[in-house]
Amino acid sequence: MKMKWEKTDKKSDMARATGLGSAGDGTHHWMAQRVSAIALVPLVFWALWSVVNLVGADHAAFTEWLSAPINAILMILFIVTTFYHAVLGNQVVIEDYVHCECLKIAKLIGQKLFFAALGVACAFSILQIAL
Amino acid sequence: MSSEMNSSSTSYEKPLSPHLGIYGWPLNMAMSILHRATGVALSIGLIALTWLLVAAASGPEKYDQFMEYATHPIGQLFLFGWTVALYFHLFSGVRHLVWDTGKLFNLRNAKIGGIAVLLATVIFTALTWWPKLEGWLS
Repeated sequence: MKMKWEKTDKKSDMARATGLGSAGDGTHHWMAQRVSAIALVPLVFWALWSVVNLVGADHAAFTEWLSAPINAILMILFIVTTFYHAVLGNQVVIEDYVHCECLKIAKLIGQKLFFAALGVACAFSILQIAL
Repeated sequence: MSSEMNSSSTSYEKPLSPHLGIYGWPLNMAMSILHRATGVALSIGLIALTWLLVAAASGPEKYDQFMEYATHPIGQLFLFGWTVALYFHLFSGVRHLVWDTGKLFNLRNAKIGGIAVLLATVIFTALTWWPKLEGWLS
């Protein structure tokens, strides 16, 4: 399969450039990746400290910890931001290393759905415990 | 107009940058690759986080099962790897954020920053695991 940006007789330069990389909405992606990264700096410190200290805690202790509004709120913020950031990051890696156009689109959509499903499962579980 | 477009799409020899294979592993290249590798690894690690939260919501039985895996030496090794990868990606990410502002973006500062990221990763991982380590040793 010819790549979208490869030269063929009938393709104009514009047709080769649009819809790919920065000809799409690269600036928004770039910004979103940075903003989510900045938000994650304090959240990751909190999450790392909490999770490592909670390993070995029994079910009652864990659910009691997660039921505290501050922990539930921070955990949901951490989950939403992390999964969003992961989707953005994986998207770049796939765009860079998967060259077959059809496979690339399948992987791009697949990873988005996959992480969206995991993220919702996390958020639902947190709410179920906290509420 | 159309003749202009045609002339711009005629093929010409472009300069080719050296292939990856001929490089050694300079620090900044290793840092860049590690940033991506840890990013992908961490996103796969999110499956374990989801498992923990879903198990906790499902009740004590499923939760205990998860903790059995998590406290097993292999589970602890994964958790240790997760903390190393997360600290590395965090500090390396901050280095990238600084560069995004246009500051410190030269070879010398990139090297200093790279070493600082590695040191911070080691120090913070040690600090995080220190209480556990003490528990095992005593």
